[in-house]
Parts: sequence; C-alpha cells; structure tokens
Amino acid sequence: MTATSDVEPRERTETPLHTVGTSVTHDDFVQKVRGSLAYADDWSLPGMLFGRVVRAQVPSARITSIDVGEAARLPGVVAILTAADVPNNAIAEEASGLGMSPVVMPVLAEDRIRYQGEPVALVAAEDPEVAEQAAELVMVATEDFPGVFSPERALEPDAPHVHDSGNEIVEWRIGRGDAERALRDAPVVVEGTYRSQRVDHAYLEPEAGVGWIDGDVLTLRVATQVIEHAREIARILGLAESRVRVIGTYMGGGFGGKEDLTVEPHLALLVWKTRRPVKMVWSRQESLLARWKRHPFVMHYSTGADRDGRILAQRIRIVGDGGAYPLLSPRVLFAAAVTAAGPYAAPEVQIVSTAAFTNTVPSSAMRGFGAMQVVFAYEAQMDRLARAVGLTPTEVRERNFLREGDTIPTGERLDTHVALPEAMHTALERLGPRPEDADGWRVGRGFACNMQPYGRARYFADSASCWLGLEPDGSLLIRIGITDLGGGQAASLCQIACEILGVPMERTTIHISDSALTPPAGGTFATRQLYMSGNAVLQTARELRERLLPVVTDLLGAEPTDEVLFAGGQVSIRDPDRSASLREVVRECERRGVDTAHLTTFHAEAGEFDPRTGQGKTFPDYTYGTHAVDVAVDPETGAVRILRYVACHDVGRAINPQRVEGQIQGGVAQGVGYALSEEVRIEEGVNVAALFADYLIPTSTDLPDIEPIVLEVGPGKGPFGARGIGEPSIAPCAAALAGAIADAIGERITELPMTPERVLRALKHAETAGGDGSA
Amino acid sequence: MRKSPIALTVNGRTREAWVWPHQTLLQVLRDVLGATEVKYGCGEGVCSTCTVLMDGESINSCLMFAVQAAGRSVTTVKGLAQGEELHPLQESFLAHDAAQCGFCTPGMLLIAHEFIGRHPQPSREEIREALAGNLCRCTGYTKIIDAVESFAMDRKDPASTPPAGAAPR
Repeated sequence: MTATSDVEPRERTETPLHTVGTSVTHDDFVQKVRGSLAYADDWSLPGMLFGRVVRAQVPSARITSIDVGEAARLPGVVAILTAADVPNNAIAEEASGLGMSPVVMPVLAEDRIRYQGEPVALVAAEDPEVAEQAAELVMVATEDFPGVFSPERALEPDAPHVHDSGNEIVEWRIGRGDAERALRDAPVVVEGTYRSQRVDHAYLEPEAGVGWIDGDVLTLRVATQVIEHAREIARILGLAESRVRVIGTYMGGGFGGKEDLTVEPHLALLVWKTRRPVKMVWSRQESLLARWKRHPFVMHYSTGADRDGRILAQRIRIVGDGGAYPLLSPRVLFAAAVTAAGPYAAPEVQIVSTAAFTNTVPSSAMRGFGAMQVVFAYEAQMDRLARAVGLTPTEVRERNFLREGDTIPTGERLDTHVALPEAMHTALERLGPRPEDADGWRVGRGFACNMQPYGRARYFADSASCWLGLEPDGSLLIRIGITDLGGGQAASLCQIACEILGVPMERTTIHISDSALTPPAGGTFATRQLYMSGNAVLQTARELRERLLPVVTDLLGAEPTDEVLFAGGQVSIRDPDRSASLREVVRECERRGVDTAHLTTFHAEAGEFDPRTGQGKTFPDYTYGTHAVDVAVDPETGAVRILRYVACHDVGRAINPQRVEGQIQGGVAQGVGYALSEEVRIEEGVNVAALFADYLIPTSTDLPDIEPIVLEVGPGKGPFGARGIGEPSIAPCAAALAGAIADAIGERITELPMTPERVLRALKHAETAGGDGSA
Repeated sequence: MRKSPIALTVNGRTREAWVWPHQTLLQVLRDVLGATEVKYGCGEGVCSTCTVLMDGESINSCLMFAVQAAGRSVTTVKGLAQGEELHPLQESFLAHDAAQCGFCTPGMLLIAHEFIGRHPQPSREEIREALAGNLCRCTGYTKIIDAVESFAMDRKDPASTPPAGAAPR
C-alpha cells in the first residue's frame, strides 16, 4: 500500500532515492485502522490478577501506620504490599549522568509522603473492582508535615525540606565572559520574567501493562518508551539484571510520559509476590493526578544589545519546579540551560538553571524537554529588543542568528547548517499579507524561531544496535530494540533498510521492543530514535550489502567496478543488463558459507562536559524552525482564535515526508494546548482538576488546518542527512502565539497558559496603562 | 446485586454475556466479549475514544451501562472492514497518514463514518465540527480531516459504500 503526499518541492540533498523520501505506509498503521493492534491493555493471560496502587491523599505528611487488615479480608484480595515488602525500595537512576543528584525515589513511600498521589501500597485481586475497593480500604494514618509548594519558596533558606539534603535538585551554570559588566555597559537592555505552567502528556492511552513469570524470568509487557528499564526493575527486586524481560507495546502516545517507569515496578512486585500474572491499568484520573508532568519554569532574562540590535550579553536565571523527586530534572534543566539564549549570538552570557524540590507531583520528561519552555522567554526578549531599537522582529533576529561555525554558550561549535533565515522567511511568506480586523475581533501576527537538540547529551556516549537478516526467500527481517510511540519509528527504520538492500517494504518484517530478543537500541526519547537507530540500521544494511557484493558480482558475471543496483527485491547491473533475485543471492550465499545476517552497533559522537566550568560538549546537533501564526482576539471575552498556522522546520532529509508533516502538525496541536488552555492546577499541593473534563487539550475546532513546511536545506547527522523532528515541532508554539496576541492587543502576556482571562486582563491593562507597546 | 444475562449484536453477530448492573458497555465489550478494539481513554465521556455505533448512532460506550445495550446492535471499528478488505474510509486514513499512535483511530473512524452517512457532501468545516467530540493527541487533526474529506469526495455514488455493521446476522 503506497500513498504519496503533496509536500512542497524540496531541495534535494542527494540523488533520488527509492524508498527513503516517499510516503509509504506500514503494517502497524494498517493494524491501527483495523483496530487489531494489541496495545498494552488489550492483552491478557488466563488467571491473571488485577493490580491497583494505593496513593497518598495529602501532599506532605509523615506516615504513622498503614492498616491493611480490612482490605486483606475482602474476598478476592490476593496480596497487599507496602514498602516493607519491596526488596530494594529505591529507584536509583542518577539522571544528571554527572553524579549531581543523589536523592533516590522509593517505589512505595516508607515514612514520608512527599506528594499527593504518591504510591503507598499495592493491591492484587482476582477482579479489578475488588482491587479498587481494597485499595480504598487500606488505611494510611499520617500526621501533617510542613510542605513547600513553589520552587522559588523552596529555594529560600527557611523553607521546609522536601528531602533532608535540601531542596536544590541541580544547578547548572553555563557562561562566558562577564555578562554583568557587559549588561552595565550595554546601550540597550530589555528585561523580562516569564512563567510557564505544569502540563500533562495526556496521551489517550493511559499507563498499562501485564506481568508474569516465564520460566524463571520475570516478564512485563508494558506501554513504555524504554525497555532498558528491565535492569532497574531487577535491582528493585534484587534479581540478576538478566532475569527481567520487558516487552514494549506499540504505544497510544508517549510524549515523554512513558519514558520513566510507569506500572513496571508495581507489576513486578505483585507478580513476584503472588507468582501469578497481573495486569495493571491506571485510570485517566489517576494518570492526571499522579503521572509526572512537564516542569513549570520561572525565567528571568536580561538582554543587552547595541543600538543596532546586536546582542552583547544575556543574563538568564531559570528555576524549574521538579516536584517531589529528581527523576529527569537534571537533564531537563541542562537542556534548558544549553538552549536558553536561543539560536542567537550571545558574546557574553551567564545562565543559571536550577531545579527545586516541592511537595507536588514530580516533573520529568515531556516533548520539548526544557528546551521548549525557554523559547517562550527568549523569543519574547527578541520581540522586545526589536521594539527597543526600532527594528522589525525579522530584522533583529537576522542580525543575531547563529550560523554554522558559531559557538553556543557552552563554547561548542555548531557544525551543521543553521537554516533559520530560510525557515523564518519561508514561514512568513507562506502566511502572506496580514489579514484585517473583522467583526470587532482584533487580528495579530506573531512568529517564533527555535533550536531543539536531537539525540542525548554527548557525555552519555549513546549507542544503538541493529540486527538485519535476509531470509532464504529474499525477505528481510529486522530486529531492533526501539520502542514505537506512534510516530512511525519502526516504519521509518524499514524504509532505511529497504533503501540500501532493495527489499520491497511489503517483504520486510520488523521486530522491536523486546529486551530478550531485540538488540538494545535505547529508548524512544530525546528525539534520538531516527538519529540513533536510523544510523544503526543504515550502518548495518550497508555493511551487509558490502558482504553480499562479491557474491552478487560473481552471480551476475559483473566486473568488481560495475555499479550494482539493489532495488525491487532484485540485484542488477545495467550493461550488460543482468539481474538476480535476492532469493538467488541468499541461496548463493548459503552455498558459499556467507552469512546473510548482520549485527552492528552505531555509536553517537561522544564528548565531555564540565559542570564546574559550564563548558564542553552538549548535544550532537539541533533542528531549527520557525512557526508563524495569525490570530484573532475577541476583545469582549479574551478568546483567541487561530486563523492560520504555518510551521516550518529544516529536517535535513525527510525519510517519510507525510509522517514528518504529521509530527509537525501534532507538535503544533500539543503546543497550542500548552500555549492557550492546558494546565494541571495544583493548590497547596492538592490537585484541583483531576478530571479529563478539566484538562483542556485542543479539539478539532480549536485548531485551524496546520500548514507544515518541510525544508531539506542543511544535512543533519541522522541517516541520509535527516534531523529529528519529534520535539522541535512543539517548542515554538507558545512564543509564536504570544507574539501574535501581543500584536493584536498591544501587550505581551508573559505567563502560560494564555487563557481568555489572562488575555482580557492584558487587554484591559493595555487600554488603561497604554500597554507595553507590543502592537 | 447480581449479574444478569444480556444478548446484543456486535458487528453482526449475536453475543451473550452475564453482566453486573453497574458494568459499562465499554467494560463488557472489552473484558467479557473481547472487543479490545474499543479503547478506554477517560471513563468520563470526554475523549470519545470508546466510541461505538449503537443501532447506527455513535455513543460513548463508557457512559452506557451494558444492560442498556441488551437487544441492540453495536458496531465497533472491526465492523467496518469486509474481512481482509478495508473500508474505503480506512483506506483513506492510511493514504492520508491520519493515524499516528492509532489509539483514537477506532473512535474517529466510527464518528466519521456516521457523519458521512448522514452528510454525504460536507464542507471541510462541517467535518471539523463533526469530529470535535473525539480527542486526538498526535495528529493535530488536519490529516484526519483530510482523510474524511477525501473519502467523502471520492465517494461518487454514496450507495456504493457499504454501511457499517452490514455483515449478515
């Protein structure tokens, strides 16, 4: 089944390819439209139990006792576990990778409750409803313990401690030169404070999985972005790491929310205790309450420039709310620090990026990962700088855009093309003439540029392995330990392998996401999958092809110098016109004892980062883009209607153009929710909006058609020059919309989400106080 | 409280089940009848991920008790395809890459199918309105609307499209 997309004519970076660059569909999508794909909750085992988490109801307390007696007496209850039953009650991943965050998180709370929704006990019962009833009967007696609920308060010396070691999770300091002096001397300084909120991933598939014991191996089939968590689960149970197998399912969305452990430790403990299969599915309300969120940020910016709008210095202070446990806060705040000055020159710069503990649900990975929140701030600064020096927003950006060869604040050179001028002008040209105000609504236009890393920080020395094998019938088998969260991760890898080996897509089968059977490729996060696993597949396929080539040359009676084409399930040469099927090639290989399967590991560019100096290697590369938007604001209600939304990114090379468009459109939709409506509201540690009805993700009528523009300008470091697109597409939305709203009402909103109430307040302020001159 | 027997038609076949009075249709479809293509998304009637057609009309199966479905005919997404052959609407979803994670897709397909059945020549904005109750977190809706619009436009003769749940009983 083949579909072709009508994407823009794009600048081609290489000779035309066969499979790569076409919009082919794949088996998993066929199963999705059929309804036959078995997600985590769609799979059961005979005699399985149902697990349920008992969660803390208060945000900060000392546990005095846990009474499970009444719950245990309920018919059908098989097991109730508390902290005392956990062999190794610590999730010990050290997220910074540099030894900076020693606080560990318990699987089940032991003596302290640190956030509302924290797991305290686990129940397994014969029936899901019995499990739910039993969970409600577990009596957790507590006495109040002082809590702290904002990161700024948490960092004050007299704040209550969330952990005994204090409330600072991590502090990154990146800088060069003397930003203070440069700001004092700068002819123009613009300042701003920006606040972003806590949001939920809100994938439509809640967290779920089934666990069982297979032989003596604990096996979990779960919706996870990271099957490598098998090792962490083994440590919790006190088992050899080789004794835990994780099978990842195709996910109903992930967005970073299934990157840390979800149900795995709970399932593992219940399975190990009961020796029976157990299923656990979190309810939507449980997920909204207790699943990790995106970090709220407070960002203070001082930007100094000369009178021509050239930036001389940036002083940036970021405080992120990490919630009650470290999780990935160190990495999120690192990404924020590295990208805080944006894709702009910053000769003298000082960036301090801190995460603090609070007694709220933990923050961790979410699409955009720290490099998103800062776009809202740095793009507002650029618009304000433009106004301060009398330039247009495009002019001020053009004067400051980073270029290939420039260094970012960590002292690291950008070593691929920076397509920001192209993206900015292409997006704005697509929008065309600015529409007029109509029906009393005020129209405004805004845009935002961004840089978003793809790939893990270099000091993690990332790698991905892949196994490829040609079967005797000439079909291709791919084994690779990636997870697929719906972006077509598996499908794109098939395209890459087919491109090199000439196997038709429909003759290719890919097995992913099984820690027992597929070579480790690392999780699907950090926009790393195409870069890492794509390169792993490419490298493996090329090496396999090299091995086959002498056999093929002999088979075709060709000269070693002849160019052999692998396409359509055949190998061929042009002159003389000869061909053979891959089946014949495999048969010939077998006759000669040439192996037709191959395993290779791709290693990312590694590098050191020194947290003391704030200098060193950070991310392998970045994806650049611009979003441009026209909005209409109703001055009566503060409602914002998006009229047009153009999102342009340089992806280097689109492996599947239609799917790249889909990533961009989906990123925009999620970014619009972040900008305008979504917020997990927590008051004094208590979630006040834990229904899906309270959590407003955009519907089809909240969005216009989202117009993606896929540029292929500067080759990146992925296969065939591809750059990642999963995260880059969400990051500029809030800034672009803030710019457009400011253009419409005359005042920049600096706090997310930009709800009708906030828009109306800003509009009133603009009318009474003359605004901040944004219009 | 005790279980009672119900009989209902699911994708053209009569099915029987013993159900609790408080069990939702969604629970019974998934956990008793094995129709796991019907997805749980929120249990509040907000996301419409659990959409099925009940006697041809879309409902949120999480908001209906199973006993209320007794004697009625339920169509899930598996009632759209004719055996191996996909329904043209499903083909259009594939051609337009309208599914990403695929979790909202069964509900989207059913709501779109119902809508096009009643409004054979809708405008793009009417399609957008029709899908407003079904949440998607991956696609931004644009390609879903593309798929539905293209399906509607390609349908030269509306009678040629097989109605959902038309399989013999």
